[in-house]
Amino acid sequence: MAENTTIPTGPGADLYTEGHEIHDTKAPDVPVEQMWDQRRFDASLVNPTNRRKMSVIIVGTGLAGGSAAATLGEAGYHVKSFCYQDSPRRAHSIAAQGGINAAKNYRNDGDSVYRLFYDTVKGGDYRSRESNVYRLAQVSANIIDQCVAQGVPFAREYGGLLDTRSFGGVQVQRTFYARGQTGQQLLIGAYQALERQVKAGTVEMHTRHEMLELIVVDGKARGIVARDMVTGEVETHFADAVVLASGGYGNVFFLSTNAMGCNVTASWRAHRKGAYFANPCYTQIHPTCIPVSGEYQSKLTLMSESLRNDGRIWVPKSGEDKRDPRQIPEEDRDYYLERIYPSFGNLVPRDIASRAAKYVCDEGRGVGPGGLGVYLDFADAIKRLGRKAVENKYGNLFDMYAQITGENPYETPMRIYPAVHYTMGGLWVDYDLESSIPGLFVVGEANFSDHGANRLGASALMQGLADGYFVLPNTIANYLADGPFEAVDDSHPAAAEAVASVTERIQKLLSINGSRTVDSIHKELGHIMWEYCGMERSDEGLRTAIEKIRELREVFWSDVRVLGVNEEINQALEKAGRVADFLELAELMCIDALTRAESCGGHFRAESQTEDGEALRHDDDYAHVSAWEFTGVGTKPVLHKEPLEYHAIEMKQRSYK
Amino acid sequence: MKVTLNIWRQPKRDAQGKMESYELDGLSEHMSFLEMLDVLNERLTSEGRDPVAFDSDCREGICGMCGLVINGEAHGPSPTTTCQLHLRSFSDGDVIDVEPWRAEPFPVLKDLIVDRTSFDRIIQAGGYISANTGSAPEANAAPIAQADASDAFDAATCIGCGACVAACPNGSAMLFTAAKVTHLGLLPQGQPERNSRALDMVNQHDEEGFGNCTNIGECTAVCPKGIPLETISRLNRDLLKAATRTDG
Repeated sequence: MAENTTIPTGPGADLYTEGHEIHDTKAPDVPVEQMWDQRRFDASLVNPTNRRKMSVIIVGTGLAGGSAAATLGEAGYHVKSFCYQDSPRRAHSIAAQGGINAAKNYRNDGDSVYRLFYDTVKGGDYRSRESNVYRLAQVSANIIDQCVAQGVPFAREYGGLLDTRSFGGVQVQRTFYARGQTGQQLLIGAYQALERQVKAGTVEMHTRHEMLELIVVDGKARGIVARDMVTGEVETHFADAVVLASGGYGNVFFLSTNAMGCNVTASWRAHRKGAYFANPCYTQIHPTCIPVSGEYQSKLTLMSESLRNDGRIWVPKSGEDKRDPRQIPEEDRDYYLERIYPSFGNLVPRDIASRAAKYVCDEGRGVGPGGLGVYLDFADAIKRLGRKAVENKYGNLFDMYAQITGENPYETPMRIYPAVHYTMGGLWVDYDLESSIPGLFVVGEANFSDHGANRLGASALMQGLADGYFVLPNTIANYLADGPFEAVDDSHPAAAEAVASVTERIQKLLSINGSRTVDSIHKELGHIMWEYCGMERSDEGLRTAIEKIRELREVFWSDVRVLGVNEEINQALEKAGRVADFLELAELMCIDALTRAESCGGHFRAESQTEDGEALRHDDDYAHVSAWEFTGVGTKPVLHKEPLEYHAIEMKQRSYK
Repeated sequence: MKVTLNIWRQPKRDAQGKMESYELDGLSEHMSFLEMLDVLNERLTSEGRDPVAFDSDCREGICGMCGLVINGEAHGPSPTTTCQLHLRSFSDGDVIDVEPWRAEPFPVLKDLIVDRTSFDRIIQAGGYISANTGSAPEANAAPIAQADASDAFDAATCIGCGACVAACPNGSAMLFTAAKVTHLGLLPQGQPERNSRALDMVNQHDEEGFGNCTNIGECTAVCPKGIPLETISRLNRDLLKAATRTDG
């Protein structure tokens, strides 16, 4: 590890070393429209009768993992599926509200595969890989067909055909939806397909199991160590290939819209075993969340950004104006997005909407407790469309808001504020979705590949299902065609080492018996990340953050308190393991943010902005993926740059004005 | 706000459990019920006492992971999930009983956590449309009347939390089963397997040890997603039809 590295010269040069660049991503050398066909044609296939001799471990049962497990099961492979929840149906994809994009062009409004591809690359601020994004757009239409066949009850027009709506960052209506519960309906579709395979005997389901280590044998991913969260038993599971579908790492901020259990552990353990982690600083702060109400807050709740189709965002023109919002006349309101971005208005991409909210609050014009909120007002929409129509479109979101805040959004404007929502960074993968460890594939939010520096709305569901239903099942076959590989069991030194390290870590966590609860340390980490590695980042702030994170890691390993034993349900122990990994990831995020001295998408560097405060990219220096190699905790990671080359699209400075 | 909590504590499956009392002061009415339990657990941990184990994940009322019987009602006094219940639904000085779901097919694993894998097995028995990936026709090839799609959606919003079982005096999971039968049975894609689906799912339901439905309606009263009792009527009609046919 870490051989042939050089001392870099750019920003943050004291914090990392530089290794070889990555040039071959396995995308065929043909025009982008032909790549996927070519790749599938070049790939080796596995004879149906041989498939049942091959096994695949899939960690996570969200849209990507659930759909992959179902599809590989249908194909005849032996699948072992794992989730930390009590049922695969709980995975956090279920909470996605707004919709799923697909280039169906049912609206006849000029949509096409190329336009979806273009919008996604542009929305990602030209920091995603062209080949992967084009394929995503290509398979998007198949996803809708597949989900309808499964019985997903998408919204329909009176004529019985599928309805679509528009979403942030685009000017066509390509978003399919199921009221405000699209993620739930798509996940239930994948879950049912998965359970059908459990019944058929092709998928072996392990619920309440958490992956704690990757087993690498002769350079190939061959298994995992998982803890049975009910009995505490530390188990080994082996397979011919391992797929991580374990989601994003937004909970490094403690407060986010992620579920309580979302964590980076599966990805981080793989990273420690050699999988590169790409662009960890690319996080998405979602503009329309319910503001924090107190110190006890355990998570934040998102309101679908589809609300921005009809709601108008504003703050009072004067910070002194403390009137009830309904009493504030038009001339004293500042509809700041409509003012600054006249052509996109309230539908500008998420990063722009979030930062604009931060600025008006920084100016002292924020509303609600602590001044950390802006209004999202439906009074005009209700006047224009009628209350009934608004209720049909957004009823469940309005109910949710009322439930949480105790306020009625039909009567008084909602208050919203940005919150961490999605992580575009993740484990590095090639065109086949294979990581830098052979046999380890990564799908869905856990990989980095499709969204660049910013994800467009309704594209996470699209990517999860594209990876799981249509991409991975094709690409993993090419890898498995060389299998089945030589059997591995517990007696193999790599397996024994992995089990020993997991057991040792658990015992260490249980034996510190200090004075700090896991949550108190996690909250402290969250504050550091939000302050210095949130909506706006600077060289100085990030250096401060790195110092603080290192100190906090010391505190954790010397003063954390985890009660109880391993051999029982022990939720503090589960959390402690996850927070330990967040404490390592956080440092890498800050190093990544520090070394990328440009602003792009969700990554905004204070030092890199235009005169009027817009994000300023530096394509000459930073048109690359930053793929990081682990060298040890607190030691300098190795940066591998994958240059981003655009052939089908011309790079431009984004403008939504 | 100040409250007294009586919480069911049980170290593990098959162990003897009991109610234990805890007093909490200085709570905000804007706090969610589960955030109150977080606060309790922080305190217990600093006192060196075992924190209370309970399930929750999304905390936005959609994943179905949380579920407590609060003062004898599944998910507590307001018609929502436990995670969406806030202290503003209670009064200062209240004494609140907190228990796990009680039903034989939902064994307690620890404190307030129960095992609901029986629900997954009911789905495995037939709660799906058999459509292998890649085999789907063009999505708009078969229009579906908006009303049917909307009714199917209403049934499909079931989150599988199990409150219906916890509330039912018979410990029946018929509302859960019927919601799936209704969702898929209302759609044209769901017709080929409609008969076998109803039969197989109900058989599995019975095999898991859930009780019979006697139309009491407690299930729908506590359902956080408002799944209506009519879904059970629909299930019964499908079941009758299926039982008298032999063509699957």
